[in-house]
Amino acid sequence: MSPAKKSGAPASAKKAAPKTLPAMNRLEVRLAGSGGQGLLLAGLVLAEAAGLYDGREVAMVQSYGPEARGGASKAEVIVSDRPIDYPLCSKVDLLLALNQEAADTYAWDVDPSSWVVVDADLVEHPPTSRAVALPFTATARDKLKKIMVANVVALGAISQLTGVASLKSLEKALLARVPKGTEALNRKALSLGAKLAREQAVKEKPAQAVLSAADF
Amino acid sequence: MPPVHRSVVYEWLRHDKKFPHVWCPGCGLGVLLGSLVRTLVNSGLDKNRVVLVSGIGCSGRLPVYVDVGSVHTTHGRALTFATGIKLANPDLTVITVMGDGDATAIGGNHLIHAARRNLDLNAIIVNNLNYGMTGGQYSPTTPMGAKATTARYGHIEPSFDISALSATAGAAFVARSTVYHVTQLDKMLSLMLQKRGFSLVEVLSPCHTNFGRQNKLGSQVDMMKTYKRDAVRQERWEKMSQEEREGRFSIGVLVDRDHPTYLDHYAEVCQRAARLREEAKS
Amino acid sequence: MAKTPVNRARLLQGNEAIALGALAAGCDFFAGYPITPASEITEIMSRELPALGHPFIQMEDEIASIGCCLGASLAGRKAMTATSGPGFSLMQENLGYACIAEIPTVIVNVMRAGPSTGMPTNPGQGDVQQARWGTHGDHPAIVLCPASVGECFEVAVQCFNFAERFRTPVVLLSDEVVAHMREKVTLPAEGQVEVINRPRPLEPPDWYKPYKADGSQIPRLADLGQGYRYHVTGLVHDERGFPTRRADEVEPFYARLFNKISRNFTMLEMVKGVALEDAEILIIAYGCTARSAQAAVRLGRERGLKLGLLQLISLWPFPRRPVEEALAGKKLCLVPELNMGQISREVKRVNNGRTQVHRHSKMDGSMITPEELLARLRVLS
Repeated sequence: MSPAKKSGAPASAKKAAPKTLPAMNRLEVRLAGSGGQGLLLAGLVLAEAAGLYDGREVAMVQSYGPEARGGASKAEVIVSDRPIDYPLCSKVDLLLALNQEAADTYAWDVDPSSWVVVDADLVEHPPTSRAVALPFTATARDKLKKIMVANVVALGAISQLTGVASLKSLEKALLARVPKGTEALNRKALSLGAKLAREQAVKEKPAQAVLSAADF
Repeated sequence: MPPVHRSVVYEWLRHDKKFPHVWCPGCGLGVLLGSLVRTLVNSGLDKNRVVLVSGIGCSGRLPVYVDVGSVHTTHGRALTFATGIKLANPDLTVITVMGDGDATAIGGNHLIHAARRNLDLNAIIVNNLNYGMTGGQYSPTTPMGAKATTARYGHIEPSFDISALSATAGAAFVARSTVYHVTQLDKMLSLMLQKRGFSLVEVLSPCHTNFGRQNKLGSQVDMMKTYKRDAVRQERWEKMSQEEREGRFSIGVLVDRDHPTYLDHYAEVCQRAARLREEAKS
Repeated sequence: MAKTPVNRARLLQGNEAIALGALAAGCDFFAGYPITPASEITEIMSRELPALGHPFIQMEDEIASIGCCLGASLAGRKAMTATSGPGFSLMQENLGYACIAEIPTVIVNVMRAGPSTGMPTNPGQGDVQQARWGTHGDHPAIVLCPASVGECFEVAVQCFNFAERFRTPVVLLSDEVVAHMREKVTLPAEGQVEVINRPRPLEPPDWYKPYKADGSQIPRLADLGQGYRYHVTGLVHDERGFPTRRADEVEPFYARLFNKISRNFTMLEMVKGVALEDAEILIIAYGCTARSAQAAVRLGRERGLKLGLLQLISLWPFPRRPVEEALAGKKLCLVPELNMGQISREVKRVNNGRTQVHRHSKMDGSMITPEELLARLRVLS
């Protein structure tokens, strides 16, 4: 797909938004894992998908620490239909944890109504029994032979589960960010993630799901 | 070098307010000022395209007397301002005048990095072995054992060799002279102006008021005589034994080498950046 | 990848927006030294300026960076440097030089928690008074403070315009949260930004006096090395730029230095109001803390509390008149800050006892939360 075509999206997405996308009032997403798992990129793609292609307001912050590699790192994205005032998470609606340390470190302000999505293999002890555990890393490793796209698989899954950003917008945002030549791999990773969520995730939603998953 | 007529010198000085100058009678800075003006006149440079930059200290007052663009900056920072001026407008001839404390103590970091960067700047460092303006405290070039107002019992730190330091840091041109060897000083300054890249001339100049008085070196004339006595031409210096060199110093061109200047490299960077930008557009 | 045109919505970091704002304002010189959380600005300028054929240089320290900017500005460039607290401390010497020699330049200080190395990746607002009084000697100061990515762009443009218009250094005081957060912004298209350039001399070189002003109190600045041979010094100087200690020359010099700013207070007082019309309780905030305050106003009003916010964009000169107006008739005023009360003292001074003014200080390396503000207001009211 030509990028020029894609980058024309924001205006049209904005117009289309009311029809296809449910209203959203401040959804707080925290993407956590170890440095090097690509959570900053995942956050950027999610924020651009929701902000530029779904036409919502977005704010994103990331943890700044010495942990460029290893350790617990996170990116937080807030998505809303209204201008965003406070730019940090105050009540996380969706936590994605890609390793145990991140699950342990960043689950403290997650309440019972929130989505908790974890990597099935790398998070042995999820912070809550309601957590949705999906094999992101294993899928990336076994089916795509590229462990580094586990973050993209996870993005596909959370889009499918929560609708925080539409899959279509995520794909556009993703392809505009990834290096040339990896487009097919990334597209595949995204759709595999969505498929994982459709097939393996427990369909029952947390008590007060942030968004209806009616789309699927 | 052809002699320079007085009227020409007059044209290059700011007479309306500035004279008499602030320096002590007998100070070497007046000799340097004369030498610099002669060199500028002989260089054929347009005085509208010359900028003199100085720091703080007796040497810092020199630019104000010369009728060119002149910037009297903060202590030790002359080279940083000069870097900005030269980068902003590479067509200008930028000359900094600094003292030994100014250039090698508080501004030491800027000196070594300016030399390393090899931007086409000209640096004159007037070395009078102490802080003259503030009353004769020790500087990085004060000889070990010498007296200073902050070294009453003798100075205990080894001193910097300004020229060797600059040469090691990467300067394209390094020369040493004294205010006694005026003809040679004119020549060194002229070579400095002609050289592309970071060019430095260390000028030994007596501070009889402070350094001389504290170290009982006699009058300014006596101090000048020591330059005559101790200075050795670089060509001869190279052939001298370690024992012969004891207590003496060399004058002349110490380093003269050609390597691309910062601006040569930066022009390439700009081309590369513009090309990549063009490629991204198409 | 196709280059995104400027006038389309983009996801930008605060630091990116500052760099783009500077470029939109005509910045064509940058010298800096790496420091968290300001490095992105330096990195972006190192990418953009060479592509435009303009100088960028990373200097050996912050002292050299600002020196370099001042030299470049005298030679006619619009120069900027960016740093954080420790570097800003080093720059104070030449910031004073820029004040006295009246050299336009923009200094970005992305505040982190201090003093000293403090917490390099945590927000702080402890440099507010330093930006005002950090350099020695009495002098006027212009300091602007953005609270969103969009404001980063606007304020960067404004900083350059003020620097050029008033022939003075201007400080852009950002903070770690605003610097690093990303938001969706739509930047104005090229040519849609009002750009002001310094007044240059109209008279021939022989008649030019670099520090002689007309009624505006702001002398015209010639580019060094373009035929105007003038003297610049950090010593107090006469109209021709030559050092002087004559009281009859010194006094008018200082008077003009202050007048050129104080006569333009109206232009320099920049604030934004949120729900002030019927507010009973006022919050005065700036930078990242204004974002918490915005949320507190929203949440408080949902709960029936009549809150309003006055967001300060210009911190110095302190926007006395808008603050006085906002304070009038309010039951209570709260000033939240990530310091021990650097702006609340100013608010109290302006308030002069008419309204209850309380500070809300936090210094633990984290932002003040909206709930924290509401809890404090519940206790106070």
